[in-house]
Amino acid sequence: MPEAVQAAPATAAPAAEISYLEAITRALREEMERDERVLLLGEDIGIYGGAFDATDGLLERFGPARVLDMPLAEAAIVGASIGLAVEGLRPVAELQFADFVANGFDQLVNVAAKMHYRQRQAVPLVLRLPCGGGFSGGPFHSQNPEAWLMQAPGLKVVAPSTPADAYGLLTAAIRDPNPVVFMEHKRLYRAARGPLPEGGHVVEIGRARIARAGDDLTLVTYGAMVQLALDATAALDASIELIDVRSLVPLDLDTIATSVAKTSKVLVLTEATRSAGAGAEISALIAEHCFEQLDAPVRRLTAPDVPIPFSPPLERAVLPQAEDVAEACRGLLAY
Amino acid sequence: MKSSPTPVPAAASPAPEGLTLEDRTNLLRYMLLMRRIEERGLSLYRQGKVPGSFFDGRGQEAIPAGSAFALAPRDRLCITCRDLAAHLIRGVTPRRVFAQVMGLADGITAGKDGNVHFADPALGCVSMTSMLPDMMPVTCGLGLAAKTHAEDRVALTYHGDGATSNGTWHEAMNFAAVLRLPCIFILENNQFAYSTANDTQFRVHPLARAEAYGMTGVTVDGNDVEAVFAVTREAVERARAGEGPTLIGAETMRMHGHGAHDDMRYVPPELLERWAVRDPIALQTERLRALDVDVDALTAEVQAYVDAELALALQSRPPDPATALDGVFAELQPERLGDGNAPWSRYGGTVMGRA
Repeated sequence: MPEAVQAAPATAAPAAEISYLEAITRALREEMERDERVLLLGEDIGIYGGAFDATDGLLERFGPARVLDMPLAEAAIVGASIGLAVEGLRPVAELQFADFVANGFDQLVNVAAKMHYRQRQAVPLVLRLPCGGGFSGGPFHSQNPEAWLMQAPGLKVVAPSTPADAYGLLTAAIRDPNPVVFMEHKRLYRAARGPLPEGGHVVEIGRARIARAGDDLTLVTYGAMVQLALDATAALDASIELIDVRSLVPLDLDTIATSVAKTSKVLVLTEATRSAGAGAEISALIAEHCFEQLDAPVRRLTAPDVPIPFSPPLERAVLPQAEDVAEACRGLLAY
Repeated sequence: MKSSPTPVPAAASPAPEGLTLEDRTNLLRYMLLMRRIEERGLSLYRQGKVPGSFFDGRGQEAIPAGSAFALAPRDRLCITCRDLAAHLIRGVTPRRVFAQVMGLADGITAGKDGNVHFADPALGCVSMTSMLPDMMPVTCGLGLAAKTHAEDRVALTYHGDGATSNGTWHEAMNFAAVLRLPCIFILENNQFAYSTANDTQFRVHPLARAEAYGMTGVTVDGNDVEAVFAVTREAVERARAGEGPTLIGAETMRMHGHGAHDDMRYVPPELLERWAVRDPIALQTERLRALDVDVDALTAEVQAYVDAELALALQSRPPDPATALDGVFAELQPERLGDGNAPWSRYGGTVMGRA
């Protein structure tokens, strides 16, 4: 993995705050302590503790029967998770990078996702996908492939932006009776820090969060773009409501529509590429359901339809930047 | 590998260990059940009562019958498209199979999926998908679950010769061997993957790869139901003893097209003729007649049972279109897979259709 990810500086924070990565590890550990059916499988997750340290210490704590290092075989990892799930276990599989879901895609979208519809057989598994760019990971370590997964009926897809949501959504995902894809953004692992509510915090899958209330414009986003958008719009001379959708499937249209009814203008922001993406789906839903409330066209700010390039100037040119967000907001506010 | 059959005098072969005469008769019974159901299914297809196409395992009945017969109720299966007898052994009734292929509400998937794309989880089975060998990794998971639960279960699945070219096959073979899983993979080499013959599919016979992966590989005459039983039983014992997975290579011939729509123009007629004399039902019939079993009475009993089941299935209704949107997501926590029927005398399960 690229050094830049591990080298991301931890910002000084009060002791009560934990990082996004620590929240993931803690959710895994606490669910494994609470429920002996929960087990982890993936590549390099045991002795090494995971490519990003998400499972650090869990092999020592729970032993090799519950933290399983797997051969480099994503189809086998996802498929074995299905077999474990129908036998009463609660597998949480890690693929090293979200990009590698392509190698396990068939098992995920054809076997796991369709099983309940076809057979009334629930498949409770969690697939953790470290996603996202911004650290010169290049075309195979930087993608945000959530749209591939949103196209597969039967999969739930969540994408937390804060440590509290990472913990609460991962906990909910492990307890959910369906296959849940957990998109964890690599850039947030150490950069995102925040408090973790006490006492078994669970975030219901399918509920958006108002990250900041406002009246003039609704900005809908998720994952690493949430903090980027908060920072980018803080200095704008406008009241911007920022919605962190958190869950892409199912999607909380009510929260979005309520906000649009108030602001009448919407910017949909994704780090993922543009066409037929999560942003396209959200935009279409707003157009269908909120047309009468809109005072401006729904705008999308996304990566363009290109692979994510390696070199920093090229990558910056592709991924949405803070100044792009501010510019898009100014344009909409002036419309 | 054998690309053409070697005739053997079946009647002369001794009974495999553990099989009573009644067991040997029941092996024939399940093959007859499968063939009768599939013959009637093909008729329904020609009458326009089966949407899509119809897929059968004519000529391959010995493989699912012999292998599934060797399993205990607690064992698990992922059954594929030429293996109807395995479903019957586990306890799926013919009426549910007929309703399934006709896309009716009483089918196992209630019309959500068709033909042999089904399984009854309550009987310890996980439903196949069209992409083969997709069930091999799932079978690995079932085996891994048995290890995790410290339960004495084995998991068995089937695949064809074409599936051995697919990357998922290699992942699962390696995975099962590395983890020493209690899994049995049965390769049904029926000589053709749709129209693609073995010599276009692989340079090295897949069974020869078993050792390279680090698992036991056994070849068997896939048209001899008792031989299939015997090798499966041995594989089950190895798996239960912690000796890991087995690849069983069952040589056979697909005597029908890939589906009912396929006229098999690519199969040399003389190849079909050579295999026709090795029909698995005829072989077992010959054996049992030599032991004074009344095969005609058995056949009549099976046919009457299947026909009565079909009459019941024809009373099933089409699914309500409103149900098309149901069940994409589970609302409830799942039940574990249940245990299935096991008619082998060792386990004393129910024997299907016995008058």
